[in-house]
Amino acid sequence: MEYTLLILLLPLVSFFVLGLLGTRLKPCVAGWIGTLVLAVLTLVAYVTAWEYFSMPRVEGVYATLVPLNFEWLHFTQNLHLDLGILLDPISVMMLVVITTVSLMVHIYSMGYMNGERGFQRYYAFLSLFSFSMLGLVVATNIFQMYIFWELVGVSSYLLIGFYYTKPEAIAASKKAFIVTRFADLGFLIGILVLSFYTKTFSFDLLTSGDSSIFAGAAGSTFLGASVISWAMALIFIGGAGKSAMFPLHIWLPDAMEGPTPVSALIHAATMVVAGVYLVARLFPVYYFEAPDVLVAIAVIGAFTSLYAAVVACVQTDIKRVLAFSTISQIGFMMVALGVSGMEGHEGLGYMASMFHLFTHAMFKALLFLGAGAIIHAVHSNEMDRMGGLRKQLPVTHLTFLIACLAIAGIPPFSGFFSKDEILSAAFMFSPWIGWTMSVIAGLTAFYMFRLYYNIFWGKPAVHEHEPHEAPVNMTLPLVVLAAITCVAGFIPFGHFVTADGLVYDIHLNWTVAGTSIVIACVGIAIATVLYMKGTNPVPTRLAERFKGFYTAAYHRFYLDELWLFVTKRIIFGYISRPLAWFDRHVVDGAMNGMALVTQKVSWAIRGLQSGQVQQYAFIFLLGTLIIVLLLLYV
Amino acid sequence: MNFLSLFVLIPLLMMLGLWVSADMKQIRAVMVTGASMLLVLSLGLLASFLSERAAGNTAEMLYMADVMWFAPLNIHYAVGVDGISVAMLLLSSVIVFTGVFASWNMNPMPKEFFLWFCLLSVGVFGFFISIDLFTMFMFYEIALIPMYLLIGVWGTGRKEYSAMKLTLMLMGGSALLLVGILGIYFNSAPEGGNYTMNILEIAQNQMPMNAQRLFFPLTFVGFGVLGALFPFHTWSPDGHASAPTSVSMLHAGVLMKLGGYGCFRVAIFLMPEAAHELSWIFIILTGISVVYGAFSACVQTDLKYINAYSSVSHCGLVLFAILMLNQTAMTGAVLQMLSHGLMTALFFALIGMIYGRTHTRDIREMSGLMKVMPFLSVCYVIAGLASLGLPGLSGFVAEMTVFVGAFQNADTFHRVFTIIACTSIVITAVYILRVVGKLLYGTVANKDHLALTDAAWYERLSVITLIVCIAVIGMAPLWISDMIHGSLAPVIEQLTK
Repeated sequence: MEYTLLILLLPLVSFFVLGLLGTRLKPCVAGWIGTLVLAVLTLVAYVTAWEYFSMPRVEGVYATLVPLNFEWLHFTQNLHLDLGILLDPISVMMLVVITTVSLMVHIYSMGYMNGERGFQRYYAFLSLFSFSMLGLVVATNIFQMYIFWELVGVSSYLLIGFYYTKPEAIAASKKAFIVTRFADLGFLIGILVLSFYTKTFSFDLLTSGDSSIFAGAAGSTFLGASVISWAMALIFIGGAGKSAMFPLHIWLPDAMEGPTPVSALIHAATMVVAGVYLVARLFPVYYFEAPDVLVAIAVIGAFTSLYAAVVACVQTDIKRVLAFSTISQIGFMMVALGVSGMEGHEGLGYMASMFHLFTHAMFKALLFLGAGAIIHAVHSNEMDRMGGLRKQLPVTHLTFLIACLAIAGIPPFSGFFSKDEILSAAFMFSPWIGWTMSVIAGLTAFYMFRLYYNIFWGKPAVHEHEPHEAPVNMTLPLVVLAAITCVAGFIPFGHFVTADGLVYDIHLNWTVAGTSIVIACVGIAIATVLYMKGTNPVPTRLAERFKGFYTAAYHRFYLDELWLFVTKRIIFGYISRPLAWFDRHVVDGAMNGMALVTQKVSWAIRGLQSGQVQQYAFIFLLGTLIIVLLLLYV
Repeated sequence: MNFLSLFVLIPLLMMLGLWVSADMKQIRAVMVTGASMLLVLSLGLLASFLSERAAGNTAEMLYMADVMWFAPLNIHYAVGVDGISVAMLLLSSVIVFTGVFASWNMNPMPKEFFLWFCLLSVGVFGFFISIDLFTMFMFYEIALIPMYLLIGVWGTGRKEYSAMKLTLMLMGGSALLLVGILGIYFNSAPEGGNYTMNILEIAQNQMPMNAQRLFFPLTFVGFGVLGALFPFHTWSPDGHASAPTSVSMLHAGVLMKLGGYGCFRVAIFLMPEAAHELSWIFIILTGISVVYGAFSACVQTDLKYINAYSSVSHCGLVLFAILMLNQTAMTGAVLQMLSHGLMTALFFALIGMIYGRTHTRDIREMSGLMKVMPFLSVCYVIAGLASLGLPGLSGFVAEMTVFVGAFQNADTFHRVFTIIACTSIVITAVYILRVVGKLLYGTVANKDHLALTDAAWYERLSVITLIVCIAVIGMAPLWISDMIHGSLAPVIEQLTK
């Protein structure tokens, strides 16, 4: 399957072509180049998936293929940085997800970004992003993943800051890059530790289940935990940064300053799940060598999910609601991985996590693209500028509703199936986590329908221009994604992706499924009562009643203020400024002081070199006298 | 006559050419011809070096030549190159080439400016080809002195102060160095016989331990001053800020590399036992440099100060990596020298071009330059991304090699300092993005800036050449990293003896 090389080559070429030609291309030509390349890529990805999954299984599992791998940089005898392509069930699944969503976003952007300054630049960055993201998922070793990890980070930075004249966009892009860079520091150190003890970067060796590679770390502990646990925890920090896990999630809501299709692609469907993918990729290592870290991942995932769901309930900017909902859903995926075992039914969580990643990518991209169509129509992100739009935007309305039902977990839409598996896995692990996740599922249904009713029902807002439906190139992706959302739940996912690679048949656990449907319906019902008419005074009264909590949640529990405090006060105020002062006044002052002393001393003793013979003779005599006296009497 | 000497001869001929040229046109012709010849020569050297190595020539140094110069003291004019010197010569010729185009409209006294510029090049190239301590030291001094005039006469701001400070501090360093070199010379024949200045010959004998202990710190600090070793780095911000564009480029791009190169070619290679014993002191100092430079850069408002502090941080990493005393980290050190040289030259070139238009380097007085000069701004972003270690550009390759190498030392002391050095990747991102955000993004605040023009062809040529070099190393690093890695074998052998 050497043709998979095209998966990396095509978007890279497209990036260079679009980037170098830039404004010399007509906007629509640039758009078409980008979109056509993506269309070809999508085709290649589908063919790859088809061919890969129609291969016969070996001992019940799909073989891991490495059609390409070459040495890119040489470190030591054992450690070398390779670049290559690795195909296994999860990377093939990711290829399908990324290319599908990316293609939809490319088509959609032709309409959404039409007439924007920098249209060519936008498509160049999209190509760069596609290249980096695809390189990330097909990585054959952890260092290659780190390389592409940084590259998606920078593509995200460039795209968030696409409107570079807007101060909020500049601040948001900077914040996103620096927060994730900080997390990547953990990732890097984790890689260094892991590779030092295992002498390899290769995923193949690390996840082979052969524990002899970890023999080098046997007995090495640091602060009571094994070094491998430390390494895996540090690597998870990297994942937590990209996947917006608490408390490193603060960059994601701000990242909504970027163009909406970008939010759909990068900050909902693909890049933000990179952390989940990373944990899944290294799952055997976590499971066998660092089970304590896996528990921590579950707890962090659950907490993040709860926190984000609560915050999402009170946001008024529709993109922010969706951003927090993304954080919450990624929390679900992390929990699923954290509670998962390895074999058969035990490994349900792993399968569920990947399944949810797949379905979530589709319906969340749909929600964002729908939000884009709405923003396009009313020229605002704020909910109170909307209302009653279901008549004017029929296609958007219908597709948005499908996505809302999917995320709320109503059958037969895709989200129901994947979320149900996650809940089953969570209950299997511990009822505490199971019930927490069920409550969050209820909250999800509530805030999504609060959003839905506020946009499409209730009192229509007054608009300068009558809102109208988006053009075909924008509604087409909505329809395609909605169709996928309707059917994706019926994919026998366990036949493709499982923790141990063996076939697993999904059986709905009707106790859990029934409970979750009831909870979802309750959430929707409450939202219907409170928001459908748009005249119910209860929400306002509740907000008055619990003012402290409401304000805190609205301000996302003041974590952004904390971030500002850390950067502005601590880094700039308490470290950089004093250091810079120290450098100029103490270190440099010492150098100048030395020069000054030399100068002063020279001035002081310059009287000795007066040029007067009498003075010299006098000093000469005096000196001689002293020496003679010393010689005589000492 | 060996063809390596052409590296010294060409700049000398260029000086001759400048002497007779009458107007700006002829000066440019001489400079461009000479710089191109140097570039071709170094590319030719690279090709022939690689093919020699591929053909199985494993000699430590290639293209050696040796001419007796002053017999009573056994001083030779001895030249030869290994992979590291080849890399450094390549770097120097690229910087000289781009520097010429960056100072295309030099004013006033272009002839005199370029004369000193060529003399500086003589020193730089001579230093990298020398394998005799005396010749090396001589070229080192030749490279330092023109700096005083180049900054003092053609500089901006507090140029006399800066020039004086820079020269005196570096001279202070050379004083230590001279003592160090003499110390090595007089200990070069512990079992009797002739004293020698030849590095390869000295390396064959063990220097006595007590001599190593005394002279290792002297040579290391002596070269370290030029490599911006904390706390002897303060010449750098003032010096760079006052220097004219191409001088900043050459100084930060090449001259600071003389420090790193000397540290490892002389201090580590000739005194390995002392290096093992005393490296901890310098690991602390360079570890401080790395983080301290980065933090200090965060609050500067002058573009050149930002870049100068950033250089302190990046060059600190070079010395830090050398002190890790293993092959991987040292490969990283040389890669970092190359990468930093190219990046910082690019930065200084761009800063010079922006300053030439806006007449200010204060980031508070500029904004939204992306709209006005898109080409320069995009290049600035690329330089910034290279500096913060984006994969695909040279900085990443160098930093990762350093970090992986440094991590191979398993004791807690090395671990702690490696992790401290790693944190610089975050702080670097902070100051780079701060500048990019303030300087290039946003709306144009100063209405006068709206009328400014983008880069002219000679500026584009200079900037693009540098970017291409950065990208080539960043995207296909294996050949150069292997070349350096292979050439480090003798050093490692010394260290493990």
